[in-house]
Amino acid sequence: MSAPADAELARFVRFEARLIDERRFDEWYELFTEDGYYWVPAVHGQKSPLSENSLAYEDKLLLQLRVVRLQSPLAYSQKPASRCLHVLQESDVDRRDDAKGEYLVRTPFIYTETKGNDSQRYAATAWHTLVWQEDRLRIRLKRVDILNCDAALPSIQLFL
Amino acid sequence: MRGMGKYREDHRAIERLIEPDRVHRDVYVDPELFQLEMERLWSRTWIYVGHASQIPNPGDFITVDIAAKPVIMVRHTDDSIRVLMNRCAHKGTKVVSDFSGNTGKTFRCPYHAWTYRTDGTLINIPLKDGYAGTRLEAQGLAVVKNVETYRGFVFARLAHEGIGFRDYFGESLSSIDNLADRSPEGELELVGGCLRYLHNCNWKMFVENLNDTMHPMIAHAGSAGIAKKLWEGKPAHMPKPMAIEQFVPFVSDYKFFDDMGVRVYPHGHSYSGVNFSIHSSYSSVPEYEDMMKRAYGEERARKILGTVRHNTVYYPSLTIKGAIQSIRVARPLAADKTVLESYTFRLKGAPEALLERTVTYNRLINSPMSVVGHDDLHCYRAIQEGLAAQGNDWVNLHRNFDQGEIEAPEVTANGTSDISMRNQFRAWREFMVEA
Repeated sequence: MSAPADAELARFVRFEARLIDERRFDEWYELFTEDGYYWVPAVHGQKSPLSENSLAYEDKLLLQLRVVRLQSPLAYSQKPASRCLHVLQESDVDRRDDAKGEYLVRTPFIYTETKGNDSQRYAATAWHTLVWQEDRLRIRLKRVDILNCDAALPSIQLFL
Repeated sequence: MRGMGKYREDHRAIERLIEPDRVHRDVYVDPELFQLEMERLWSRTWIYVGHASQIPNPGDFITVDIAAKPVIMVRHTDDSIRVLMNRCAHKGTKVVSDFSGNTGKTFRCPYHAWTYRTDGTLINIPLKDGYAGTRLEAQGLAVVKNVETYRGFVFARLAHEGIGFRDYFGESLSSIDNLADRSPEGELELVGGCLRYLHNCNWKMFVENLNDTMHPMIAHAGSAGIAKKLWEGKPAHMPKPMAIEQFVPFVSDYKFFDDMGVRVYPHGHSYSGVNFSIHSSYSSVPEYEDMMKRAYGEERARKILGTVRHNTVYYPSLTIKGAIQSIRVARPLAADKTVLESYTFRLKGAPEALLERTVTYNRLINSPMSVVGHDDLHCYRAIQEGLAAQGNDWVNLHRNFDQGEIEAPEVTANGTSDISMRNQFRAWREFMVEA
């Protein structure tokens, strides 16, 4: 297959959000490259995940931990289980490098996470660095900039 | 004022809440007691405000709430650190709303431009003539007079009279020393920003949990316990990731935590990890150890790095982890609402790898997205809700209680003892009732 069209990239981002919303975490985990990361900075314009505090900066091992946890009866904080929904704005392909097979996609969205009577809502922007690998798109980095990432936040247990 | 509540005018009623080995549920849920905690315990004791390295230059400031009151910590033009109430002398406006910044030489109120020096002195009122012949006594920003800086840690006591800084903390300051001494230059720099985690529970549940060593293997089985299982399945030659190194010791067995030991000091302070801790087995950074030996000499360097305490509680506001260079600060907002702020330090002169380790730990354990944080907060909230039940008004602190501990100035006990919590409530009672 030739380089993915913009519509293909946008469809991938929608599919990724849907896997989270439908709690298909095992499939979601497989979307990441082996060196992939999921990053949620704690301040606006954060430069480094290593020398500055982030809300989350997870490699595949840590993502696997979360996925196993969300299916474990020992995760007491998941009683009752959390649910979430991503409502996405149309994605823009911000950077395209067909030679390298690497694409940066920007997607603003509204995220709602509920648990029992509690409900929290965030406005955020997802930045997907996608790579074309073994005839399919995969996530090398998903960076999520939460609008109020520097506020005092309650537990966020699923994935924005 | 009678009729306002059952505790304000009745010291005996407060005393009855605290028994040597158990406490009444009201200490966690009653809004009147929360208000009294802020006025008494949190105003008569030394509360952590911030770190001197956050305001290196004159005019640099941070704003925080201590004892549920808004304050500014600012570097004055003479380089001294001042703590001022963040409240205009005119209409009561909060003068500064940013979390941090540089104000230059003055603070100017955004409402009517009353202007103050960074020591709180009022220097300008527009159309001042209008006050001629009135009762106005030109007052500045209220100054918190009792401020102490210890190795960069700035504490304030809001009450004008009361216990001195050294008398209040005593030997417990050795944990701050150990944190600062871990820098080859003996100095810390607060870097990396702040993680702010909103807890819908009483502040004491967090503070008590710090040296509760009977919970990790249970509450964290679904987080650190899973990390342990995942790692057990990996091939032996794989290098151990930092996250695994940090998570797995949380689910050590009872014997480990019991042997760790806990030490308590007068006025509610304590630390666990007298003998070793969950931070003892981190892989070494050889370059750093050499730097420490050069800076301190071999013996002293070994002593500093061999002191690997778990959590030290500077009751009631500050908890520190010297061995991992991170701190957590409790900012109570209501009986069932607390903000926890987590900060990280750079050890001046040490390799960058240590800061990365600190930041990793802080993110894995103290973030609103931390799985370990989710475990803990779930339990704190479950206590807050469970205490609404009837049929049992008491919260149990009996584990390893010994009558002799009550009068002892400093006690070292087995790590799984509830002694740190009993010790906190003895201080609670002291400052809520006396003084």
